[in-house]
Amino acid sequence: MEFNHYILVCGGTGCESSKADDIYRNLLKECEAQGVKDSVQVVKTGCFGFCEQGPIVKILPEESFYVQVKPDDARELIAEHIVKGRQVERLLYDQEKTRRLTGIEDIQFYQKQLRVVLRNCGVINPENIDEYIAREGYAALEKAIFEMTPDEVVEELKTSGLRGRGGAGFPTWMKWKFTKQVQEEEKYIVCNADEGDPGAYMDRSTLEGDPHNVLEAMAIAGHTVGAKQGYIYIRAEYPLAINRLNKAIEQALDYGLLGENILGSDFSFNIELRLGAGAFVCGEETALLASVEGERGMPRPRPPFPAVKGLWNKPTVINNVETWANIPVILLRGANWFSNIGTDKSKGTKVFALTGKINNSGLVEVPMGTPLRDIINDIGGGIKDGKAFKAVQTGGPSGGVITSEFLDTPIDYEHLQELGSIMGSGGMIVMDEDDCMVDVAKFYLGFTVDESCGKCAPCRVGGRKLLNILERISKGQGSRQDLQKLKDIGEAMKRAALCGLGQTAPNPILSTMKYFEDEYLEHIDEQYCRAGKCKELVTYTINPENCIGCGICARRCPVNAISGEKRQPHEIDQALCIKCGECYNACKFDAVIVK
Amino acid sequence: MAVREVDIDFSQDLLDYIEVWKEKPGNLIMMLHRIQEEFGYIPREAAIKLTHLTGVPLAKVYGVVTFYHFFKLEKPGKHKIQVCMGTACYLKGGEDLIQELENLLGIGVNQTTEDEEFSVEAVRCVGCCGLAPVIVVDGEVYGKLKKDQLPEILAKHRGE
Repeated sequence: MEFNHYILVCGGTGCESSKADDIYRNLLKECEAQGVKDSVQVVKTGCFGFCEQGPIVKILPEESFYVQVKPDDARELIAEHIVKGRQVERLLYDQEKTRRLTGIEDIQFYQKQLRVVLRNCGVINPENIDEYIAREGYAALEKAIFEMTPDEVVEELKTSGLRGRGGAGFPTWMKWKFTKQVQEEEKYIVCNADEGDPGAYMDRSTLEGDPHNVLEAMAIAGHTVGAKQGYIYIRAEYPLAINRLNKAIEQALDYGLLGENILGSDFSFNIELRLGAGAFVCGEETALLASVEGERGMPRPRPPFPAVKGLWNKPTVINNVETWANIPVILLRGANWFSNIGTDKSKGTKVFALTGKINNSGLVEVPMGTPLRDIINDIGGGIKDGKAFKAVQTGGPSGGVITSEFLDTPIDYEHLQELGSIMGSGGMIVMDEDDCMVDVAKFYLGFTVDESCGKCAPCRVGGRKLLNILERISKGQGSRQDLQKLKDIGEAMKRAALCGLGQTAPNPILSTMKYFEDEYLEHIDEQYCRAGKCKELVTYTINPENCIGCGICARRCPVNAISGEKRQPHEIDQALCIKCGECYNACKFDAVIVK
Repeated sequence: MAVREVDIDFSQDLLDYIEVWKEKPGNLIMMLHRIQEEFGYIPREAAIKLTHLTGVPLAKVYGVVTFYHFFKLEKPGKHKIQVCMGTACYLKGGEDLIQELENLLGIGVNQTTEDEEFSVEAVRCVGCCGLAPVIVVDGEVYGKLKKDQLPEILAKHRGE
């Protein structure tokens, strides 16, 4: 059926949290009420990426990009845009606050992006397999089964230069080849969707917006290496993604694109979900496999690698969600098309979750090699509230910080590693002058200590020691020898820990020490935290010259530490002050000073 | 070994689920998820009953339950408050939200109020980093949150 208008409502987690579902239902209701339901199709899609401005509604064919839509706006959208053909000006995205922008191509957030992995996100209804098929869905699987030999598929991946998107960047074709070579009846395909990095949601959005893409890729791998069973290991904290995957699997089975004799061939392949249960270490592949087996998720030494001895000791191809999402499009458009995107050693695109103190938070996909500056300034729209940029953190608890002098570094596996960080899964967290680097290191270490499985001593004991030292420093009780100790223990962990979690746990410390040693020294020598984050080192006082005695601070103070006569300068009793910062936030006259 | 009788009822759905999954490889975590869905946590009696139904040793059940943060051994409050402590939320004041909840409810992280109305937990990233800082109450997400909005949110859920 032909429609005059298509209304796309973002159904990503961020927008769903802001009532996108109510918007969707109200739009349907209004279409009916205003008599246009036969000429309009309302579709709930995956993530548009521009989460800062959500919930987002896009209307085709005009490409009108409506932002921060509320459920009550549905009536006006239908009455004005659909019935009268006039755009609803007040809801259009407003980049410069002077002119209203219409289409996606005008929006700076999208201009330097290239959507390969996310090509269907925000375009199709992820709960309808027909829409995926209409966008060449499952054509790559058909090609892999009928037109290519397994060796040709591996060769194509090799030429494409695709490397694992989960962290270390291991060439994908090699994993497939190792598994393919082993002579065994039973082999397995596993998708790592245990996105545990705090501050990252690339995989979640990919699965929510385009679940069939990952199913198709896994089936291609199954055919290539000779496996009949696949598992998707996904966090239980992602109910929407789980729900859409379950629906997608059901539909694919119905269409004969999964299950027995796929597309009439003699190839059979099934996919089941296995839910994680909140353990960061399960992102490590051997720990993940233990967890799929229903055991405690503890890593084991490699080799043997999972490609040879993986799930239930059988050869297993395990790739992360984003890696899988690249595969169908590589087979369809060809390895050469893919390898033309990116840099010499890092091919294709990378999806980042751009968050923190940045104007345009969201999900961005850029060609490998894009300079960090473009991502932060052009796509991200710069730092929030006009503050000064301090650093950007990549790679989560396994990564490090990048400072302003390295903003022109092209983002790829090698360059990030040179700077002491890693690509990781794609979290990119922007920090400004209000963030304390000792505090950030302490945050990440607190995380890894909590998540250490406890199997090997370097991680279990070393991590705890590092955290104790950091806590000391953040209280102003550290010494200069502590800095050397941090380095020594950190280096030892890097060499001796059993798995990636322990080996990379010291990275946030080593990297912040490298670039922000002066901040560590201020904490140690002067008991001073310039960002005012380390509470023990901060004192709040009132500047009598600015204080007009309005008393707002005294009323806000939760412990009654502030006193003074009306219209006279007030004072803070340091013995009572708990340094919560309420007075600082409340004062409209800049009279509260943080030191 | 004498089998200890336990006094706990599983719904027919849950029993059917266990029956289906019993024979599958790697089933323990999946069955525990289903039990937690039914009770809100893993009661000791339920763990024992699971060992009766499947033959998995109790020590192994507890080994798995205590390894994973997601599984709870204590009954949560009627309304579950999850404060996101992912990096983006942490930088944007997630800790202040926890502090404010403590002021308002008198309970810290992993505790339940005496009237069993609310429990508070700090969770890893809930994946709405664009909305930081975020809390989730009974599955409903509140983003770009300021702490003076908390009393209203608590009142709303308390009334439900």
